[in-house]
Amino acid sequence: MELHFDQELTQAKDQLLRMASLAEQAVTTAIQGLVQRDDVAAKRVLDGDNQLDLLQKEIDEQCVALIALRQPKARDLRFIIVTMKIAAELERIGDQAVNIANRARLLNREPQLKPFVDIPRMFELTRDMVRTVLDAFVYGKLDVAKQVIPHDGEVDNLEVQLHRELTSFMLEDPQTITRSMNLIGVSHSLERIGDHAVNIAEEVVYLYEGRDIRHETKNA
Amino acid sequence: MDKPIIQITDANFWYGAKQALFDVNVSIMPHQTTAFIGPSGCGKSTLLRCLNRMNDLILGTRVTGRIAFNDHDVNAPDVDVIELRKQIGMVFQKSNPFPKSVFDNVAYGLRIQGMTDKTELETRVVKSLKKAALWEEVKDRLHESALMMSGGQQQRLCIARAIAVEPEIILMDEPCSALDPTATAKIEELIQDLEKDYTIIIVTHNMQQAARCSDYTAFFYLGRLIEFDATNKIFTNPTNKQTEDYVTGRFG
Repeated sequence: MELHFDQELTQAKDQLLRMASLAEQAVTTAIQGLVQRDDVAAKRVLDGDNQLDLLQKEIDEQCVALIALRQPKARDLRFIIVTMKIAAELERIGDQAVNIANRARLLNREPQLKPFVDIPRMFELTRDMVRTVLDAFVYGKLDVAKQVIPHDGEVDNLEVQLHRELTSFMLEDPQTITRSMNLIGVSHSLERIGDHAVNIAEEVVYLYEGRDIRHETKNA
Repeated sequence: MDKPIIQITDANFWYGAKQALFDVNVSIMPHQTTAFIGPSGCGKSTLLRCLNRMNDLILGTRVTGRIAFNDHDVNAPDVDVIELRKQIGMVFQKSNPFPKSVFDNVAYGLRIQGMTDKTELETRVVKSLKKAALWEEVKDRLHESALMMSGGQQQRLCIARAIAVEPEIILMDEPCSALDPTATAKIEELIQDLEKDYTIIIVTHNMQQAARCSDYTAFFYLGRLIEFDATNKIFTNPTNKQTEDYVTGRFG
């Protein structure tokens, strides 16, 4: 028999998945605005961010009410805490999409500096990371969640590689500094999205195993 | 690490032919509050009553295994049950003050022990009432009937009566189930205050209560101990699925 409480937990989960889908859409649209030099797409990201903010507040409100009214325990308690934390990570992913969209609008005013290679690759990697951890969250796939964590290294490497390349551009021609700095900003936003995916993976492990694995790799 | 004050080893218990406890093993640590939780009929009250041999009063009961209080088997032939119950006091679900004055209720056990000195009696009664967080409410009516008090006050009076004889352990069997939320909150506060002087074992149906005022929690089901751990662990990340289902309200 499904309890009313279970239905309320499912509602919170559904809201979180709505947030996840909006956050992914925002990043995808922001990258489209950059790579396809599409100002309309970039503008859409800026206009849509409000929705993510509102959803996060709704989820927090729902979770606080569940804690106050239902006194959740054990897995239920961990689920509610984790839902609030993942909502915060998704909201920040939305903020990174806004950063990318802003950089895109600046970059679109000037001629393209170089073909886009590393940025689309970073985007695909981080998009897959976020998708995978959310899938792991929904279906309790712990191993899948843990496997996402090492992918963050690939994203970091791509960022370093891009920095190096753009630094050489700037050294050669000061005319490229503004565009290079904006591209570095974009790559940094994507790198942060990878970090958010890792944070979500750690929360998924806490949810299903009750074990806090944050900072373990850094401290090891 | 302290030594357990009570060590239960392979305890089995029968009411006639019906077995109520199966191979229970638990260590109770001194100056901690331990909660026994579980659905009705799980054996939590039965085990509690084994600790000071209250089940002796029920015909046809039988216990095996070892229940050691300070390393001494409570069921050993040389045990003086009256002395045992002095050291392991008990507070029941329904407050049961004697139809006597507040003072005489608390002094009752002391007088039975042969204390006659008026000053000494007074000192002990006042001290017990203070420890039971009741003194401020009754200091001006010590000689009025205890039956005039509210339910919550009567229950705290029973706690004062239990601690007057200076037990080491206080057993509480659903001490708040007949009380309103305010009186319940007072008893729960009291339990946490008493912990520094006594070891408390509480049986409760109210999981919030176990979560709020115990350090350790034991979950029983159908006469078996399913899980025993720090309360924080039981209510955030229990090891056993049955415990998880019970504390999250999905079974029991």
